[in-house]
Amino acid sequence: MDDIILCVEGYAKQFYLHSRQRLIPSAAQVDLTVRAGQLTALIGPTGAGKSSVLKGIYRTYLPSAGRLIYTDAHGHKLDLALAGEHRILELRQREIGFVTQFLHCLPRQPALDVVAEPLVIRGATREAARKQAADLLERLAVPQRLWGVPPATFSGGEKQRINLARGLIARPRLLLLDEPTASLDSATTEHVITLIEEMKQDGIGMIAIFHHPALVERLADAVVALSPPVIAGALIETIA
Amino acid sequence: MSRKILEVNSLTKIHGTGCPLCLASTGPEADTNICPYCGSVVAAHGVSFDLYQGEILGIIGESGSGKSTVVKTLYFDDAPSAGEAVFFDEDAQYDLYSLNAAQQRSLRNKRFGMVYQNPHLGLNFNVSAGGNIAERLLMSDVANYGAIRERARNLLVRTEVLENRMDENPKKFSGGMQQRVQIAKALATRPPLLYLDEVTTGLDLSVQAAILDLILEIQHELGTAMIVVTHDLGVVRLLAGRTLVMKYGRVIETGLTDQILEDPQHAYTQRLVASAL
Amino acid sequence: MNTTYELPLDEAGYAFGFMDEYAKKEVRRTILKAICIPGYQTPYASREMPMGRGFGTGGLQLTLSLIGSDDTLKVIDQGADDSVNAVNLRQFVQMTCPGVDVTEKTEEATLIQSRHRIPEKPLTEAQILVLQVPYPDALVVVEASEARRKTMHGEADYSRLLVKLYEDLVKFDEITISHRYPTRVHGHYIIDPSPIPRWDVPKLHQSKALILLGAGREKKIYAVPPYTIAEPLAFEDVVFRVEDFRDASGNRRTCSRCGASNSFLDEFSDEADGEADGKIYQCSDSAYCDEQLARQASAYQKPKTEEAA
Repeated sequence: MDDIILCVEGYAKQFYLHSRQRLIPSAAQVDLTVRAGQLTALIGPTGAGKSSVLKGIYRTYLPSAGRLIYTDAHGHKLDLALAGEHRILELRQREIGFVTQFLHCLPRQPALDVVAEPLVIRGATREAARKQAADLLERLAVPQRLWGVPPATFSGGEKQRINLARGLIARPRLLLLDEPTASLDSATTEHVITLIEEMKQDGIGMIAIFHHPALVERLADAVVALSPPVIAGALIETIA
Repeated sequence: MSRKILEVNSLTKIHGTGCPLCLASTGPEADTNICPYCGSVVAAHGVSFDLYQGEILGIIGESGSGKSTVVKTLYFDDAPSAGEAVFFDEDAQYDLYSLNAAQQRSLRNKRFGMVYQNPHLGLNFNVSAGGNIAERLLMSDVANYGAIRERARNLLVRTEVLENRMDENPKKFSGGMQQRVQIAKALATRPPLLYLDEVTTGLDLSVQAAILDLILEIQHELGTAMIVVTHDLGVVRLLAGRTLVMKYGRVIETGLTDQILEDPQHAYTQRLVASAL
Repeated sequence: MNTTYELPLDEAGYAFGFMDEYAKKEVRRTILKAICIPGYQTPYASREMPMGRGFGTGGLQLTLSLIGSDDTLKVIDQGADDSVNAVNLRQFVQMTCPGVDVTEKTEEATLIQSRHRIPEKPLTEAQILVLQVPYPDALVVVEASEARRKTMHGEADYSRLLVKLYEDLVKFDEITISHRYPTRVHGHYIIDPSPIPRWDVPKLHQSKALILLGAGREKKIYAVPPYTIAEPLAFEDVVFRVEDFRDASGNRRTCSRCGASNSFLDEFSDEADGEADGKIYQCSDSAYCDEQLARQASAYQKPKTEEAA
């Protein structure tokens, strides 16, 4: 059964800093596969390029090498590294979600609307979207008194949950999770794990970076180990 | 997939007589936009991009980069020296620069909206806030006084201008309020395309945030496509899905806004991002 | 007739109608163009007249270019045939156009030159009305640049005039323009109909007589041709209204001289005979007022003549 959503072959990313005329390696030789309803975990030491892979897939980074073949909802395959910007924006809106550790949102919007927004963009009525957002916030144990408040003043853990809820609400086909439980207590982490398991059952494919190895053990269907990249230029410099 | 609303091809604007050496001797490599041979200013050259329905495109660059020139030519404030732009309306398409003045004015009044950095350019300070909105409605052939009052009131309420100040002259308003009136005026005819030229520059931070909020809410509610010209990376980060980076009249880089900010390719963009963050 | 001054008959004397034939020809050509493009301010080479600009030189040039020895002329100023401007213009035409008849009766005239009024008595197809215009461009109140005004006229872009009406309504709950009311002619150009009161504006619409407007200082001639649509600028839901001349208790004021209640009234101060506020009202159109009086007098006299017979 071909349920592969994403197939990354030979992904590499390096930055060229004009001011220092230097290449900075970020990730190299990454191969991975994500299947519907499965979670692929990225592990490796700091600097191995775990976030770089997620950003490359989301096209926040322009990949330096490799093919990132994504199969969309209609079964069409495309290389995310080469797809047009409008196509990427469309996929971000409909199919590919990204939960980072940072929350960027409008300063005045109440938390409930921040979470509901992805559904509204997709055409849901504000009422229906708010209802779903409320359910999700309840499950993530966000106190109801915060729902009407803009998240700017929230604690790290509260922001993280808002961010997570916002990423999960739209039920993307492919979800990128960058340390989704980093600043959560163990009880809330359990809620998140339950949610992730539900999403797997719904057939959502995920790539995740977890700060805790125990989570990888519990949730990952596949594990990809990365090691810090070394590129020719740096190698020559080191040798010299 | 949403519809293309605007296609700009090789837009060029040269102020001055121009000479055969102008284009080769200006731009980011030449580090100037003034032709050393004839003194003409190459304000913009070879600017091309597409804009889709409901999309916000950012144009960033420092002063003199030509970013405002682009929207000014698209809004017919200025005529381009070369290039073309096609506007795809609901049931027709228009080659903007082959239209006559009356057709251009009609598009400008009915289908495009513009919010200028300087409210004096966008507002008529001889008439009330409501009168400013009325003017735009009257330009698009709404002739019912009651309907105009009602629409102006709704727009001002929507842009958070107090209803009871509707009949006051915007001269007396704060900078942030003037921008709100300008936005209300620009939106009066429900245009599918809106140009915003440094709309938050010079405003207090809290006022800036509120205006940006308003702009995004409008985009969500009305699906208005926008071109946002700014030198402020924070503004494009918050508003724009895609961004063009301009320098000395040329587009030096274009991409998804988060990619421009996190993985800038051009040396200039890298400097710009590094100095801002 | 002016009997105090004879035009010299030597070769330095003036042509019939004072202006030379080329000048008259140009004005006539301009008139034709103005009729062809109703409401369009047609530029022409306004001549020096032996009177100050602003004293009706535009109207006078039209009159002198049109008048022939078989014409009968009426000249009025603010409705009156005997006010200074009217008297002077009439004498000038009589002096320079030998053989032309003059009249004060509207119905007798073939050519009427008027300052700021249209006669109450409906005009006919056989008549031409010439209006003296101080400011020909209705847009001058909203746009200072003539070049831009020309474009606005060309594109029928009158939204800013409507904004002025809007602001009026906001401030005063009614349109406060009392005269020079912007009027759209034949569905395109908006004209300044000269400082006629609102009362006269409806008379432009589908007028049987040709109406010509001449601005000497501004060098423009424009026309409301016979049977042409002339609509005062207004909103769909705030319609144009003429003066209603109602007193405090809502009754239509009448002329204190002839008793007419269907004419445009001038207001005078008269402590002795005036109303409580010391105001007195009289027909602005003196010929109309005289006619009403004459009719009343003859109705009163008729039985007597019958008796005599």
